[in-house]
Amino acid sequence: MKEPQKSVFVARETYRQRRTMDAARLLPLFGILALLLPLFWSETVTAERGTSRGIVYLFSVWIVLILCAAYLSRRLRSVLRKDESDGDAGGGG
Amino acid sequence: MSFNLLVGVCLAYVAALFLVAFFAERRAQAGKIGWLRSPIVYTLSLSIYCTAWTFYGAVGYAARSGLEFLVIYLGPTLVMVGWWWIVRKLVRIGKTQRITSIADLISSRYGKSNLLGVIVTVLAVVGTTPYIALQLQSVTLSFAVFAGDWRASGRQASAWQPVDLNATALWIAAGLALFTVLFGTRNLDANERHHGVVSAIAVEAVVKLVALVGLGVFVVWGVASGPADILARIDASPIADWQPDASRWVSLTFLSAVAFLCLPRMFQVMVVENADERHVATASWAFPLYLFLMSLFVVPIAVVGLGMMPAGANPDLFVLTIPLATDQDGLAMLSFLGGFSSATSMVIVAAIALSTMVSNHIVMPLWLSFATKGATVSGDVRQVVLIARRCSIAAVLLLGYAYYRISGGGTALAAIGLISFAGVAQVLPAMIGGIFWRGATRIGAAAGLLTGFAVWGYTLFLPSFGGSFLLTEAVLEHGLFGIGWLRPQALFGIEGMDPVVHAVMWSMVLNTLAFCLGSLFSFPGPLERLQGAQFVNVYEFGASARGWRGGMAEAEDLLVMAQRILGADQAQALFQRAATGQGKSGYLPDPSPDFLEMLERELSGSVGAATAHAMIAQIVGGASVSVEDLMAVADEAAQIMEYSSRLEAQSAELGRTARQLQEANEKLTELSIQKDAFLSQISHELRTPMTSIRAFSEILRDGGPVPEEDVEKFAGIIHDEAVRLTRLLDDLLDLSVLENGQVILNEQAGNLNELLDHALAATHAARQERPMRIIRDEHAEDLLIYTDTDRLSQVFINLISNAQKYCDAEDPELRIQVRQRGPRVDIVFADNGSGIPEKSQTLIFEKFSRLSDQAAAGGAGLGLAICREIMANLGGEIIYLPGQGGAAFRVTLPLARPKAAAAQ
Repeated sequence: MKEPQKSVFVARETYRQRRTMDAARLLPLFGILALLLPLFWSETVTAERGTSRGIVYLFSVWIVLILCAAYLSRRLRSVLRKDESDGDAGGGG
Repeated sequence: MSFNLLVGVCLAYVAALFLVAFFAERRAQAGKIGWLRSPIVYTLSLSIYCTAWTFYGAVGYAARSGLEFLVIYLGPTLVMVGWWWIVRKLVRIGKTQRITSIADLISSRYGKSNLLGVIVTVLAVVGTTPYIALQLQSVTLSFAVFAGDWRASGRQASAWQPVDLNATALWIAAGLALFTVLFGTRNLDANERHHGVVSAIAVEAVVKLVALVGLGVFVVWGVASGPADILARIDASPIADWQPDASRWVSLTFLSAVAFLCLPRMFQVMVVENADERHVATASWAFPLYLFLMSLFVVPIAVVGLGMMPAGANPDLFVLTIPLATDQDGLAMLSFLGGFSSATSMVIVAAIALSTMVSNHIVMPLWLSFATKGATVSGDVRQVVLIARRCSIAAVLLLGYAYYRISGGGTALAAIGLISFAGVAQVLPAMIGGIFWRGATRIGAAAGLLTGFAVWGYTLFLPSFGGSFLLTEAVLEHGLFGIGWLRPQALFGIEGMDPVVHAVMWSMVLNTLAFCLGSLFSFPGPLERLQGAQFVNVYEFGASARGWRGGMAEAEDLLVMAQRILGADQAQALFQRAATGQGKSGYLPDPSPDFLEMLERELSGSVGAATAHAMIAQIVGGASVSVEDLMAVADEAAQIMEYSSRLEAQSAELGRTARQLQEANEKLTELSIQKDAFLSQISHELRTPMTSIRAFSEILRDGGPVPEEDVEKFAGIIHDEAVRLTRLLDDLLDLSVLENGQVILNEQAGNLNELLDHALAATHAARQERPMRIIRDEHAEDLLIYTDTDRLSQVFINLISNAQKYCDAEDPELRIQVRQRGPRVDIVFADNGSGIPEKSQTLIFEKFSRLSDQAAAGGAGLGLAICREIMANLGGEIIYLPGQGGAAFRVTLPLARPKAAAAQ
């Protein structure tokens, strides 16, 4: 009995879409790392005016995350539309 | 600003909300969904995450501990930014399984177990009640700010007696209950969205954002003189230093992220009320942006408040007291409405979510078991469910009010919020395990939930009462039964940890551990495994696998039951659709497994998966699905796969046949060309002797002076030509006889060696002209065979003379090898010429085939064809043997001819 085969190589457009999905999966991990960074700031940095530095840093990370998510969600909308009919195109490959 | 004006504006605002909800419902009923279901509304509805706790409390939190308040927003931001992982899957599952609440999700995943539904419901009620109390408290506090002449006394709420506060809280609770009952229980199907409610909370989301941003802008550019000044003020304020506490930072971010997924009200708006998966894509950035804007001005407001207010002022109320202190009455009113919105939208959605859970998982199962006559008896179940929901809403709000009264409303707002978060977070392992791990079982989920619930209650919830409720101060101090390791806030001797971090860590660790162990050591039932596969592989299963065996239920009973839950019109339409789908007319489709599955899903949208399952089980009778059924489903899939592989094999076979046909066609075409060429040649060959015969016979007939010796010569030529013609015709005749199997074989014993000697002798004459070396192995040739020796000699002679004629080597030689193989003998004739080109190898045995004209005198291209026919008649074969360094033929024949072949 043969397994239904998934193609190993796909067209350029599909390949791009899958990498976009990978990026969407990676984004929160990047976000976690960026938000953990202040914990490793040395005390000399935080002790003096730590809050204002923290505000600038955290809100910058935040806005970057929002922009990345906005870009990715635009790219992924077409995938979702297609998904209505067939299964998940994800799973890498 | 007068207190009465405030109450008036507040009532007007509530009336406006009622109107918004009312018109949204009207529009939805008229089928004009339009913007009611846009991604923006979806995103705004998610904002019920920002409750009064975040509206008022965030500023207070920031004033107390600086930047740490951000974790409450960063967790949800990470969840939404990472929507591709979890939120998308939850939404998809919610849609395909028609999930009505988070308790329904858990219950449905683990084999529609009502036990789990009850556990999650209880957990949700216990976890949410303090939160509702918190909202009531914040609204009453904000009323108190306006009511009290705080400017005179410097302390808010002094002019108001506690009795007034309590009365306000009660009135608010009653108003919210009214709104929720009116718009939250309009339709029974939780999957049919609450357009009115969602529109109202979208409006409220805008109000609270505008209020907070408005105040922020006022603080930054009105009180301070721009961002630079604000940063300078921050540096000069008591919260200038920020030393993030790693354990709190990490665990609170985690907690808020988890709560965002697990809070019943968040699940309600995020999954149940979701109309389109694509809205999640938009919300993935738009909701973080909303949170970003909500928290952007929190620190500036806190800093300005700290600088402006007297030392004892409650920082939780800076949002109100700053505009009041600067005589910005309009702004104060807006802030008040923002806080009011935050509180009401949260309470409304939480009450809807909880009431759905309570009615589906507690009231309905009880009703089903008490109504002994079963679900088929007439009587409107709809009414029961609706009443159950309405009562649940009232009860939930009453509980919140009771909690508010008992706790006295003294604690800082943020503390209660975190306790509540940690409580609902206990659902996480069962939920995440349920959608990503097929091995998760009901036992595991129940063990994890109960463990987590118990640890949370023991380490965080009960101690939050400070020793006045269940746990005494002595227990808090010395541990249960005086065992130091069981101290609620220092379990297993881990001391000095922040209580929330401590509780989150232990409850999540023990919860996950119990969940995993329980799952590993238990065995799931068939339905559980079915559901598990459908949840985990939700993207692969378009439709569901079967959960029912058909044939045992009466369609009429099902219709009666469905009518009572869905309403007569809807149920009849549903049944009629199903019947039409099955090709039947009328209202009663066959109770096929597919139909039962569809019906159950439809019902579960109204009463939850577990109840719907139980109701259908009552009518169908007995267990719904057995291991055999599961195997049958798997078998079906296997059969389909086998069928497709058979098709594949067939198509490969067809391909092969087509190739063979193509080869045959090529051969035929080539043969036809050869035949044409041969015909022209044979006519030529027939014509040449004929011409000379005619010419010479004409000379002889006409008489005349022909010398005697010439007459003799002419007659000799005529005779020779006639012999040639005869030989040609003989060959053709011989072949035709052989082909038709009419040949009579004269079988006798003979020695192969002698036969070869004879053949070589017969071709001796030709070798005089063109010498050829013959290589033989006389010893191997010494074999006795029983066959038609004359015919066999004919084959040998033909092969030898062919080699003689066509071998184009300078020093021609012929190798004759004889080898016995069991009952057969192989004789190979191989010369050292250039052989036969590959494309001609298939043709040489055909009649009239000649490779070239050179040295072809005497041959008409029939020799090998005759050989082949002779060998076939002798029960053997002759083939061309490629790769022997020249032309090589192998003759194979039996040592003794079998009788069967002889009969031919």
